[in-house]
Amino acid sequence: MAEHSRRRPPEPVQVVKQRRDAALTALVAGVPYIQFLGITFDRRGDELTGVLAYSDALIGNPLLPALHGGATAAFLEVTAIISLSWSMLWPEIESGATRIETLVAGQMPRLPKTIDFSVDYLRTGLPRDAYARATINRSGRRYASVHVEAWQDNRTRAFAQATGHFLMPRRDG
Amino acid sequence: MSSTPSSDEDHPGLEFFRGLPHAVALGMTAHVMQDGHAEMSMPWDEKLVGDPESGVIHGGAVSALMDTCCGAAAMCHPDSIGGTATIALRIDYMRPATPGQTIRARAECYHTTRSVAFVRATALDDDDDRPVATATGTFTVESK
Repeated sequence: MAEHSRRRPPEPVQVVKQRRDAALTALVAGVPYIQFLGITFDRRGDELTGVLAYSDALIGNPLLPALHGGATAAFLEVTAIISLSWSMLWPEIESGATRIETLVAGQMPRLPKTIDFSVDYLRTGLPRDAYARATINRSGRRYASVHVEAWQDNRTRAFAQATGHFLMPRRDG
Repeated sequence: MSSTPSSDEDHPGLEFFRGLPHAVALGMTAHVMQDGHAEMSMPWDEKLVGDPESGVIHGGAVSALMDTCCGAAAMCHPDSIGGTATIALRIDYMRPATPGQTIRARAECYHTTRSVAFVRATALDDDDDRPVATATGTFTVESK
């Protein structure tokens, strides 16, 4: 009993959520191209899902109609970069090493740079919302390898997937 | 690459590529589409920026330009009689595109089979000697 009373009380859930959501918003809102495409991120704990809200400006072939392969590729790449950045940012925010106030003030950490990106188009992208999740298969000091899958109606029927390699930002100190 | 009006030899698909809603939204212009060769450009725009600190265009926008240009090259190859779709596309990013400069893409469909077109492309900014990115892709073919 005595041990319990000496433990620091857990943070209120709203404080935790507010901190994490503010960090994610700061990371995503600062990038004009992400706003232009209409991509948002859904967060469950540290897991992110990219959401590409459908708009007519994403259409490639209007006769089908189908999402433009370039829009799909960009959605996959954005999801990969944000997921990779988020995985770097998460421990720093949780430990308090990075202050939320500095992120919200626009002091964002440098983003990883894409070295190469390879997209498989598995099915036609339908004119509706799309979702994507990234898996970080390796994240070293200099290089990272990320796989990302995008789906629409059925999670098990991906319409596109990609693997990319990224150069990690230099971290001083 | 010139921005002069297309010659009479351009593939009829050129107008189709000029009208793709997403290509229009990104500010792309299709210049050339002849015999398996395509050229397109995309001016720098604030909305395409991926790194707000430097103003460098997002890799995804370069991918979209490359995908469009490669698709056009596949479609205007003499062995193709119809539309095309991307099977796979790989992009290598050599360096960040210089902020403020138009990105130009050139694609060449260098081989086709009855079912597949093989395409490669290069993206340049104002510096002709140092490519921003290169791409290789495979595309579906509707053959004769």
